[in-house]
Amino acid sequence: MAQESETPLLAVRDLRTWFHTFSGVVKAVNGVSFEIGEGEVMGLVGESGGGKSVIGFSVLGLIDSPGRIEGGEILFDGEDLAQAGEERLRHIRGRHISMVFQDPMTSLNPLHTVGRQMDEVLRLHTDLGAAERRKACIDMLESVGISRAAERLKAYPHQFSGGMRQRVVIAIALLAGPRLIIADEPTTALDVTIQSQILKLMRRQIAEKGASMILITHDLAVVSEMADHITVLYCGKVVERGRTRDLIESPAHPYTRGLIDSIPDPAARHDRLRQIPGSVPDIRALPKGCNFRERCPRAQALCAETEPDLTKQHRSLWAACHFPLVPGDVQ
Amino acid sequence: MLGYLLKRLIQMILVLWVVSVIVFLMMSFTGDPVFMVVPIDATDSEIAQARRLLGLDQSLPVQYWKFLSSIVQGDFGRSYVFRQPAMTLILERLPATVEMVLVAMGLAVLVAIPLGVYAGANPNGRLSRTIMAGSLLGISLPGFWVGMVLIYLFAVHWGIFPSSGRGDTGEIFGLRISLLTLDGWHHIALPAITLSLGTMAILLRMTRAGMMEVSRQDFMKFARAKGVPRKDVLYGHGLKNALIPVVTIFGLQLGDLIAFATITETIFSWPGMGKLLIDSIYRADRPVIVVYLMLVALIFVVINFIVDLVYTLIDPRISLK
Repeated sequence: MAQESETPLLAVRDLRTWFHTFSGVVKAVNGVSFEIGEGEVMGLVGESGGGKSVIGFSVLGLIDSPGRIEGGEILFDGEDLAQAGEERLRHIRGRHISMVFQDPMTSLNPLHTVGRQMDEVLRLHTDLGAAERRKACIDMLESVGISRAAERLKAYPHQFSGGMRQRVVIAIALLAGPRLIIADEPTTALDVTIQSQILKLMRRQIAEKGASMILITHDLAVVSEMADHITVLYCGKVVERGRTRDLIESPAHPYTRGLIDSIPDPAARHDRLRQIPGSVPDIRALPKGCNFRERCPRAQALCAETEPDLTKQHRSLWAACHFPLVPGDVQ
Repeated sequence: MLGYLLKRLIQMILVLWVVSVIVFLMMSFTGDPVFMVVPIDATDSEIAQARRLLGLDQSLPVQYWKFLSSIVQGDFGRSYVFRQPAMTLILERLPATVEMVLVAMGLAVLVAIPLGVYAGANPNGRLSRTIMAGSLLGISLPGFWVGMVLIYLFAVHWGIFPSSGRGDTGEIFGLRISLLTLDGWHHIALPAITLSLGTMAILLRMTRAGMMEVSRQDFMKFARAKGVPRKDVLYGHGLKNALIPVVTIFGLQLGDLIAFATITETIFSWPGMGKLLIDSIYRADRPVIVVYLMLVALIFVVINFIVDLVYTLIDPRISLK
């Protein structure tokens, strides 16, 4: 399904999005590059505060003061969105690239009916008449699994449950037929039982519409089910990327290994869940050398000296590590 | 809905009754109105007769009972001074006050909402800081001072606007309304501006605070991610969510201005209710004061009821119970 095309749909190159706060410059995204082909799903993984969401907002030009895109390119279909004006971005948002937010309880306007919030997208981005738009909204609501759709158009968000609201949000994101969907932790705020329903729904819709998706999450288990490729972020930088299977089966970066090990495994009866020791360093005052070395079991003197570059590893993997893991390593 | 209306109605009557008791008691402790009525050289028997005529010779409870029972029959008593029904006196002057207040409130909203939205959406901009500094002035400058400065500048110095009076009025449904004539608008401008500044500043600050709060909400960013233009995000999605406290304050200010536009009316010699109230207080004209204060209570109760209805129009999660 996922075909590597010559020109990727989205190519982010050396993106740097910094926040100029009172207590210093937060380099939330600092030199991130990745590509997504047509119809591909890419997982963007990392701990909280790792700059995952900022990448999503950067692509859509939704970084607010004191944040700023300091440099890099965001090539969408060959056009650099980092240089695009607000008016151009407005036409791309919702039409070509749309977004699904983390918390469905807060991402819908509580004072507008669901129908109005859906209609708004079509009104802005299509030439359809009122009746056609209504029909499109009803069809879309039904296809995301909401019954009695015509009635539900008149309902307000508070009359829906969390899972239903996220379905509405997804319907809104899909409505104008975008080529790329950025889903920012789309299931984090939902019950576990609802999570898998929503993920299945998203996977099916993406496949049907032939759209691409960036799935932003801290949950490796979720991306490993959904994504073709995974990019792992740490302190605003890519530490590892590659095909999902290669990365999950035998990661090259010790951080990725740590993330995988901290997924609860019902088969193995550990006394305690494995975790990565320590915590993410203060991003305003990063140490010299590798950002992960203080938490890394493989760190050596070199790691404190120079920061590793992203280099080719085994199979499809690229990792930024001086002492990468190779298949067969036992940690 | 019907039950709700009934409940509100009973509430309203209760409030009015309590106000009538308080006002009646208060008035009976503040001076003897008989001396306002009789000539300065009146004999004791003349005073006693006047007292009997006004019904002031009876005990307080009896006086109150008579007062209350005549109110229920639609008789609100006669002014000691004007010898006219107190209600008529007040109602004659009500339109003048109400139209001035409506112009003032309209002006306040027209200025406060856009500026408040702007200042809330761009809290760190230079223009926003200027707006906020201006609103502080609007809150802190006393109305009588603003009124006098406006009179000095626009009436005395430049001679653009008249300094006092109501000007020509048009008549509709038996009410004399200034807003029907150009001359009326010309006269209403200065007092309305004077009256509006304080409310304008408060509404502006409420709108700004609400917009700052709303701007942080996810649905605002989601709206932008849908490609909604910034202006529509602010006014279409944001403002409505910031409006509940603004509407609350609007209602309170509206009642307040109608009831107590006294100072502005005095400065501009605007023939409204406020001036009547001041005169009546000077002359211990008890019936007029009582009716006035009850009318004010009624206005507040009605405005609050309307505000509650408006809440339900703004927010579907609020229902009348």
